[in-house]
Amino acid sequence: MGILDKEFSEGNIVIAKTDDLFNWARLSSLWQVGFGLACCAIEMMATSASHYDFDRFGVIPRPSPRQSDIIIISGTVTLKMATRIKRLYEQMPDPKYVISMGSCANCGGPYWEHGYHVLKGVDRVIPVDVYVPGCPPRPEALLEGLMKLQEKVRNESMIKKSA
Amino acid sequence: MKTSEEILNILKDKFGDSIIELKSDKPIDSFVLAAPLEVDKICMFLRDNSDLQFDSLMNLSGVDDANGEKVKDNKGTETINGGTLSVWYHLESTKLKHKFTLKVSTERAKPEVTSVTEIWKCADWHEREAYDMYGIIFLNHPDLRRILMPYDWEHGYPLRKDYRNPEFYQGMKVPY
Amino acid sequence: MALKTEEMVLNMGPQHPSTHGVLRLELQLEGEIIKDVIPHIGYLHRCFEKHSEAMTYPQVIPYTDRMDYLASMYNEFGYALAMERLMGIEVPERVEYIRVIMGELQRIASHLVALGTYGADIGAFTPFLFCFRDRERILHLFEITCGARLLYNYIWIGGLSNDLHPDFIRLTKEFIKDFKPNLKELNDLLSFNAIFIERTADVGILPLETAINYGVTGPNLRASGMKWDLRKDDPYSVYNKFDYEIPVGSGEKGKIGDCWDRYFIRVREMEESLKIIEQAIEQIPDGDVKSAIPKRVKPPEGQIYTRVENPRGELGYFIISDGSLNPSRVKVRAPSFVTMQVFPELCKGFMVADVVAILGSIDIVLGEIDR
Repeated sequence: MGILDKEFSEGNIVIAKTDDLFNWARLSSLWQVGFGLACCAIEMMATSASHYDFDRFGVIPRPSPRQSDIIIISGTVTLKMATRIKRLYEQMPDPKYVISMGSCANCGGPYWEHGYHVLKGVDRVIPVDVYVPGCPPRPEALLEGLMKLQEKVRNESMIKKSA
Repeated sequence: MKTSEEILNILKDKFGDSIIELKSDKPIDSFVLAAPLEVDKICMFLRDNSDLQFDSLMNLSGVDDANGEKVKDNKGTETINGGTLSVWYHLESTKLKHKFTLKVSTERAKPEVTSVTEIWKCADWHEREAYDMYGIIFLNHPDLRRILMPYDWEHGYPLRKDYRNPEFYQGMKVPY
Repeated sequence: MALKTEEMVLNMGPQHPSTHGVLRLELQLEGEIIKDVIPHIGYLHRCFEKHSEAMTYPQVIPYTDRMDYLASMYNEFGYALAMERLMGIEVPERVEYIRVIMGELQRIASHLVALGTYGADIGAFTPFLFCFRDRERILHLFEITCGARLLYNYIWIGGLSNDLHPDFIRLTKEFIKDFKPNLKELNDLLSFNAIFIERTADVGILPLETAINYGVTGPNLRASGMKWDLRKDDPYSVYNKFDYEIPVGSGEKGKIGDCWDRYFIRVREMEESLKIIEQAIEQIPDGDVKSAIPKRVKPPEGQIYTRVENPRGELGYFIISDGSLNPSRVKVRAPSFVTMQVFPELCKGFMVADVVAILGSIDIVLGEIDR
C-alpha cells in the first residue's frame, strides 16, 4: 500500500475513493467457511497450517456460513451433497465469493465419465468466481487462486450505478 | 487351524443339502457355495462351533455375475434377464487363525438372502451397501435402506452391469 | 423424582468443522446426554467400484489413491499386492523395501493428521500446527520421489513408477533425527496435558468383545487390548524382517479402550514405524524397480481377497477377474466404513461435547467410508 504510506507521511489525512477503501478492507479479510469435502480439503488444511499460512491473507475459517465471505469448494461434489452446498451458499451474506478448488469441483475430474453419483462441476448449482485446477492443487495454487479473487474484489464497485 | 476342505466336511455333516460344493479349481482362493436362505444358520454354526470359531466377518460383498441373457432393445440399451447375483462372505477366526470363504447365489429376478446381522454386527452396513448397489434383499435385516445413494434415489441399483444413469436428479443434470 | 426432560433431535453435519469431512450425524438427546446416534453417510460417494469395472487393472491405481486420501501409498500397496498374488508375480526385493518405507512414512503422516486434528477438535490448536509442520517434511520426501504431494500413483503392479531420488535416504535419516524430539514435544504438549487427559480418558470406551463383533480393526482394536496387527499376524511383503513392537492399549489414564488409549496408540505406532524405516534404509538392497512390471496386465480367471494393515486398520481388496483386461468386480473393505458402525455404541450415555472427542479418536476418513 505505497499510496497510503505517502499520504500518512505528509499529513494526517488519507484521501481515497470509498470504493478503494472498502475493497481494500474487504479483500484483506476474506473469511472462509470452514468446510472441506474430499482430498482437496487436506491440501486446504495444509494451506492454513504452518508452512503456507493462509492467515496472512486474512483468510480465517469460520464454522458458520453466516459469518463468511468466501466458500472454497474443496473436493468432489456428489448429488447428495449438492443440495447442501446450495443451501450453504444461500446462507452466506452478500457479497460472497466461491473458489472451486480442484478438478472434481471444476468439472467432475477423474469421475466425469462413470460417476453416477458425482456432480460434474459445482458451477451447475452455484456460481463460481475462481477455478483452481489440479488434482489436488498444490497449496501454492490455492494461494494463487485466492490472489486472483482479491484482484477481482479490488476492481469491484459497491456503489449502485445510475443507469 | 483348519483348511477349507476340513471345514467343508464339517459343514456337510451338519447341513447336507444346503452346502452345494467346494470350488478350488480356479487360482488362489477356494470357496464354498451355499444355499441363500440357509446362510444365516450356516454362519451361526460357523461362529459358535468350538472347532471353527469364526468370530470376525472380514468382508461381505455383493456381486453381479452377469450370467443371464443379454437383451438389446431397439435403442441399443442392454438389459440382463435371468442369471444370478451373488454375495460373498470372507470369514476369519482371530482365535484359531484360519479363514474361510462362503458364497451364495440368488436369482436376479428375486434376489433374497437371509441376513447375518444378528451374528456379526459389522454385516449391517455391508448388507445395506449390497442392497443399495445391487438390490439384494436381506431377509430379517433390521434396517434395510439405502446407505450411500440418496434415500430417495429411484433410478435402480448402480453397480448392476446393466445400470443406466438417469438424465436428471432433483433438477441437476447427471451425465457430463 | 427425576427432572422431566424432552427428547431432542440434533443434526450435526454434513458441514461441521469436527466431522472430518462430510459426515452427518443425527443425535438423539435427552438434555445433554446422548440416547442414540444415527450416522448418515454417502455424501462423498464417488463410485470407486463402478470406475474400477470400467478401467483396466493399472488404471484403477489412481482411483485407489483417492479413497483414503490420507494414506494413498498404503491403498496402492494393498491393491498392487492383491494383483501380484492373483497373477503370481514375484517382486524384486528392493521394491518390497521401498514399499515398506513409503508405507510406514505414510502411516506417520496419516497419524500426524489424525493427532493434529484431534487436538484441534477438542480445543488445542498448537499441536495441529506442529503436526502439519512435520507432515510437510514427509510430503516433501514423497514429492522428490514421485512428484506428487498427496495422490501418488507410485506403487504399480509388479514394481514402482520410478526409483528413489538420490537424496532420499539422506533426507529420510535427517527427518527421523529431527522427528524424534518433536514426538517427545508432542507428548509434553498434548498427550500428557492434564486438560487433554480430562477430556479423553474414560470417554467412549470400546470393550474388546464389541470391537471384534463389529469388525473393528487397526489402532482402534489394539487400543481395546488385542494384539492384532496384520503386519505380524498375516505377514505380507518384507515386514517379517524387521524388529518392532505392536503397541496395545493399557488403560493408563482411564479404562482400556477409551479415547486416550486410542489416541496414544497412534503416538506409539509412529515410534514403531520410525524403527521399521530405520532398519529398512539400512538393509535396502540394490536392484531394478521396474523389472517385474508386466507389459500387459491380464490375470487369469479367479478371485482373491487380500488385506493389508493400513493406518486405519484392515484394508481389504476383493478382486474378481473374468480373464479380461478389466476387473469384473473390485470390492474394498474399508476400515473406516466398518469402524464407523460402532460409533453409536461408543457415544451412548455420554455428553454432546464428547461426540467430537469420540469421533476424532476413531480417526475416520470419509473418502474411504463412502468410496
